[in-house]
Amino acid sequence: MESGSLVTTSMNPSSSINTEADAAADPLLQVTGLSVASRDRQLVQGFNLTMNRGERVGLIGESGSGKSMTSTALMGLLPEGVNAVGTVRLAGREGNLLTASDRQMCRIRGNDMTMVFQEPLTALNPLMKVGPQVAEVMVKHKNVTGRRAAKNKAVAMLASVRLPDPAQAAQAYPHQLSGGQRQRVMLAMALANDPELLLCDEPTTALDVTVQRQVLDLILESVRQRGTGLLFITHDLSVVANVCDRVLVMNKGVVVEEGSAAEVFTRPRHAYTRGLLAASDLDASDEDGRLFTVASAAAYVPPKIKEVLAPMPAATLRAPRSQVPESHGSPGGPATGVEPVISVKNLVRTYQRGRTSLFAKPLEVQALRGISFDVQAGQRFGVVGESGSGKSTLLRILAGLDQPTSGSVRVAGNEVAGARESALVDLRRQLQIVFQDPMGSLNPRMRVQEIIAEPLLAPGQKVDSARQRRLVAQMLAAVDLPADSAGRFPHQFSGGQRQRISIARALICEPRILVADEPVSALDVSVRAQVLNLLSDLVDQYQLTLVFVSHDLGVVRHICDNVVVMNQGEIVESGATEQIYEHPQHEYTRTLVGASMSLRSELAARAAQSKGRFHANL
Amino acid sequence: MSEPTAAESVPQFSLPGLEPGPEPAAVVARRGRRKVSATLIVGAAVVVLVVLAALVSFFWTPYDPVKAFPVDRLQGSSAAHLMGTDRYGRDVFSGILYGARITLMVGLISVGIALVIGTPLGILAGMRGGFTEEATMRGADILLAFPALLVAIMFGAVFGASTTTAMVAIGIGSIPGFARVARSGTLQVMSTEYVLAARASSQNSFRIARRHVLPNIAGMVVVQCSVTFALAVLAEAALSFLGLGTPPPVPSWGRMLQESQQFLGTFPMLAVWPGAAIAVAVLGFNLLGDGLRDKFDPKLNGER
Amino acid sequence: MVVRLAVNVVRFIVTFFVATVAVFALMRAIPGDPAQISLGVNASPELLAQTRREFGTDRPLIAQYFDWVSGLPQGHFGVSFVTRRDISDMIADRVQVSLILVILSMIVALLIAVPFGTLAAVRHRRTSGILISGISQLGVAIPGFLAGIMLVVVFAVGLGWLPANGWTPPGQDFGDFASRIVLPVVALASVQGAILTRYVRSAVLEVMSEDYLRTARAKGLGKLEALVRHGLRNASIPVLTVTSIQLAALIIGAVVVERVFVIPGLGSMLLDAVGNRDMLSVQSVVMVLVAITLIINLIVDTLYTVLDPRIRKQA
Repeated sequence: MESGSLVTTSMNPSSSINTEADAAADPLLQVTGLSVASRDRQLVQGFNLTMNRGERVGLIGESGSGKSMTSTALMGLLPEGVNAVGTVRLAGREGNLLTASDRQMCRIRGNDMTMVFQEPLTALNPLMKVGPQVAEVMVKHKNVTGRRAAKNKAVAMLASVRLPDPAQAAQAYPHQLSGGQRQRVMLAMALANDPELLLCDEPTTALDVTVQRQVLDLILESVRQRGTGLLFITHDLSVVANVCDRVLVMNKGVVVEEGSAAEVFTRPRHAYTRGLLAASDLDASDEDGRLFTVASAAAYVPPKIKEVLAPMPAATLRAPRSQVPESHGSPGGPATGVEPVISVKNLVRTYQRGRTSLFAKPLEVQALRGISFDVQAGQRFGVVGESGSGKSTLLRILAGLDQPTSGSVRVAGNEVAGARESALVDLRRQLQIVFQDPMGSLNPRMRVQEIIAEPLLAPGQKVDSARQRRLVAQMLAAVDLPADSAGRFPHQFSGGQRQRISIARALICEPRILVADEPVSALDVSVRAQVLNLLSDLVDQYQLTLVFVSHDLGVVRHICDNVVVMNQGEIVESGATEQIYEHPQHEYTRTLVGASMSLRSELAARAAQSKGRFHANL
Repeated sequence: MSEPTAAESVPQFSLPGLEPGPEPAAVVARRGRRKVSATLIVGAAVVVLVVLAALVSFFWTPYDPVKAFPVDRLQGSSAAHLMGTDRYGRDVFSGILYGARITLMVGLISVGIALVIGTPLGILAGMRGGFTEEATMRGADILLAFPALLVAIMFGAVFGASTTTAMVAIGIGSIPGFARVARSGTLQVMSTEYVLAARASSQNSFRIARRHVLPNIAGMVVVQCSVTFALAVLAEAALSFLGLGTPPPVPSWGRMLQESQQFLGTFPMLAVWPGAAIAVAVLGFNLLGDGLRDKFDPKLNGER
Repeated sequence: MVVRLAVNVVRFIVTFFVATVAVFALMRAIPGDPAQISLGVNASPELLAQTRREFGTDRPLIAQYFDWVSGLPQGHFGVSFVTRRDISDMIADRVQVSLILVILSMIVALLIAVPFGTLAAVRHRRTSGILISGISQLGVAIPGFLAGIMLVVVFAVGLGWLPANGWTPPGQDFGDFASRIVLPVVALASVQGAILTRYVRSAVLEVMSEDYLRTARAKGLGKLEALVRHGLRNASIPVLTVTSIQLAALIIGAVVVERVFVIPGLGSMLLDAVGNRDMLSVQSVVMVLVAITLIINLIVDTLYTVLDPRIRKQA
């Protein structure tokens, strides 16, 4: 297109930070001075990137860092009202992609440069079979002609992303596939035309741990095989450590650090990177046994390469907790003779789903298939499971929000099964919940004062408004929120702060048991450590029994002494946390432990893999 | 425990990105930026105009809107008669002012009936589920097969034409709309974690309805009021046009339109004035509804 | 899918019969005696008694209700107390007229709404899009009968291009039929078209913000290509819902427009019956209108299952 502008800016602006730009003679992708801005906000500023063919680059950032805006700008798919300036050059294509016409971009998108998005359900057309959706991208770019050929090629692509029974899968609608399968379809679509560059925007964030691992492996294998360049956008450091050679760390629209994965993760130069590393490294803790936060990151020692290569010395890394609750903690000593605070026996919960035929029996979904466990007072009890494991159902029954189909559940001396609302009042005073979604768990139309004080309105609690205000002030102090928060609305707080409000609400009526339902999974890494530390402190301070429900093994491992692993409504394994993590017995637990990624394990795996080359580089 | 956790709010070393997170500022800014839209302003202004016309008619109209002056019949616009006169010599402008009163009254009462019956039913259906929900919604479905205008025609047949019949009939016909809006809003609220938290604190249904459901669906219900108001104005006009609404001699826009029909060839302006009045009033309430809809985010959380 | 259809048919029948009870009860809430009304105040007691026997109004209300309802499925509505004509024959005549009017209007309305609504969404920030939105907003505010009157003023009275009112059956003289039906159809369709344009616009806008449209763009499809191939079918689902609701409104709107254009449809029959206090005719016509509305809902619900694979499987 405008060849004039081509000449004036064609000198090679090889990035000053980039030390690995040795093969930059004909880079695959060259981004210079990319800035993205909406009408009133600068979203990305001065983004530079030179990528070689087949290179895998990770773009790391938390929410609002501008990482997704960067990738959409490269694709030329910025939303209306958001504009990009700078130059983006792609090998084999003339001119600056940012100034190219949409018609020209249409020839590039889906052919030379493709993208996989975060949410595979919404990213696929719900009314179109999967096969035609894959075929479409090939037909569009005339890489295949004829309906039959396109169909066959689509099935072949689906086979190449290892969908079981690809011919059948091609005839399926997206809603008939699982999340992992949908993401495979997205990948098949992205790879169909054998692009030079693949952009992945948080492709595994919405997936379960075990599925995440499989999809990541598939992406990695696919791009390696084809020599495709990969720009991988994520907030998850361990995922990047697994997948990428080179990383860029982005914060508030600016790249703060760039370098090889090993370099950045072991010798971070920028304080933000160090903070991010410290906060996401759940294997390391400071001298008090607490997680590092962004603030305490100065004392954090990033994983050493040697250390990473050697088997992990767990004992030295994980300092003992200041107060060791053992597996009981109540003054009564070991569990013998002391009644457990939560006792679940043969708990079964089945739901009925819509009938498929007028006369057939309604479908039964077994959410819980007869589980039993005890939680002793003062324990930190982890419940680990993926989606569909029944952990949410269990939690609702524990709180008396749902009834068991059969079996018995005793919580703090109250039987849940068959209990009437009025009988559950005491139970709920003893047991409170911190929910997952920091936005959805606070009523947007209520002030923080009212939100936190809500449990005090329960029947039997006679607390006048002056005392309410005093208690709320106390709780705000306990969760480290400023006192003037009481008069504000939830939307005026950040995710981490909202989760603090949620914790304050749970603790105001001084329960004995705190149930945390994925309390940090919606939070940014840098905030996660702070909330976990706070939770840990409060559990000690108020001598709570903690039931911590999560899909994230790393988090559970850090915070819990005992853990049960759930899969499809059953407990497949239970025991002391370290025991389970170090020596998983059940097949599923092994898969789960194997699939879960920590920064250290990924770096170790990487280093082990490319040991020779790695040492040669040093 | 105060030292490290406090760091979230007070970073020890000042670096970009170490504050609690970028989103609070953004969220606040987005809220603040959600200005009152032009639609809302225009809609509110038109509605205020109609209300003013109705209020003024209580104290002053240029002429008695009911009294006939046969001498002055069928005059065009003039200084004496701003919008001319009809076949009995009644001043059209006075009739339009007075008609605003009827229009607003019918709108208010019928929306009131639908609001008071439909909203609680919808909330109940959304909160209780099961049989209550099924019964309420099937009932709404049946009523939905009877548009307000059809109900009004039936009422007119049985009880005779009167403003009261029209108001009650339009009100009954508008109940399902409110029930549906209230129910779908309630279902959304009931599925949130803050309601789960309230239930986990042993809050009873009444309190959950009052503290959580009502404040969060209020916006949607207000929008429904505005939209229903516009529909009521239309229905009333149609009824009066058919002779099933406000009986003569009280002037109403619909009947003025009907009376003008035989003079279409000679005095088309007789149809234009009440027609314009109806259109302006409906437009006003529709715009108001649209503006309010933008203001009260239908996605209850106000997020995303 | 079969289950869904079966459930809907059952639901349709139940709804219809509950509606008959409601309508019947309302109609008989009238103080006074149908025979007395039909014969006038000066009728002799013998004649009254005879007429009552003839109409069956001397029997208990329950029996009268079942007489009426049991005839409905076969289309037997009984004989009017006032005109003494068979209501079924009249309805059979009138329903054709009304259906022609309503169906033509809906087709024209959709022909207006789909392209303009889509255009308004695609160009929602440009002048043309804003203009379409503005005009449709205005159109929504004008009731059908007002539009009819205005059309008569301009095209019949002013320009003299088309007849102002009246009706000719299409089989009799198609040219005359066509010239007479233009204005009423335009009156109904312009208002419905405006309403539907707004819904089409918002449905398309909604779809345009969906992730799968972004995916389509990422595949290399152009803006319009992506929208047509991936967006319109998705957008058609909410539009279909609104169309079915609006059809009910259109049927009732036609009642008023028939009055404006002196068209002998169900609407005119209903209004005449109301004027004559001919309750049996009123309740019969009302039930026919309700049945049409319910049948449309039934058809639309079946269409959903064709359009949306996600609901095919569930009941």
